[in-house]
Amino acid sequence: MSMLLTRKAEFSASHVCANPALNEAENRRIYGSAANPNGHGHNYVVEVTVEGETDPVTGMVFDLRELKEIMNREVIEPMDHRFLNREVAPFTTVVPTTENLAIEIWRRLKPCIDGANARLRNVRLYETTDLYVDYGGEV
Amino acid sequence: MKLTRRYRFAASHRLDVPSLNLEENRRLFGKCNNPYGHGHDYVVDVTVEGRPDESGQIVNRAALDDLVRERILTQIDHKNLNCDVTELRGVVPTTENLAEALKSMLVRDWPLAPRLSGVRISETDRNTFELRT
Repeated sequence: MSMLLTRKAEFSASHVCANPALNEAENRRIYGSAANPNGHGHNYVVEVTVEGETDPVTGMVFDLRELKEIMNREVIEPMDHRFLNREVAPFTTVVPTTENLAIEIWRRLKPCIDGANARLRNVRLYETTDLYVDYGGEV
Repeated sequence: MKLTRRYRFAASHRLDVPSLNLEENRRLFGKCNNPYGHGHDYVVDVTVEGRPDESGQIVNRAALDDLVRERILTQIDHKNLNCDVTELRGVVPTTENLAEALKSMLVRDWPLAPRLSGVRISETDRNTFELRT
């Protein structure tokens, strides 16, 4: 029977949600105040859920220390206290909406977590306490 | 992909089944049967499911906020659930029935591209009810 393990981490970053091909009024209609050209920031919270079998020897689904290191290396260190649009690929060309950010976090974590006994199941990304997205790798 | 947005409203109610006597209602609903009613700060999480469009969003935040505000919050915020809400006429305003009412208020002629995936409502932070659609 599979077990779900969820680990949480936080990072703070700034962004602008605007498509450079559109004018300011159009961007404001689509993204609201998130389109402010000079940017704004959030305290993002990411919850990473790993699914797997409990190892009969260790009693663990996934080594929590390793999961922490993967999340730190792939997500927190590159994104914490950064301006996503300027400093974090692919957001120099992709609009850093919460949806696109969750997809990118999934893309970074997936190859580091998936293995014989466990796999990445879900990324939940809170932009604020009142808005979050769940991404499970849907195409 | 799913996106969940949180909203809040305050409302009063009294849990009481008219066909039962006072003692039975007290036994069934406890303090929630207090004749003069009481209130809660409810929290509603609305979840939509879909694919991000070319804007990188599943749903336009303002469109979702406007829909929830128009269909739910203006009807229910700072109201008495026993008297003031058409969708709750004739039903005991338990959080279960409230969840059903909120879902039907939202889902009828649903105008947004992503589908409504679920409605979750908390009466207090100790009691949460979730309806998946």
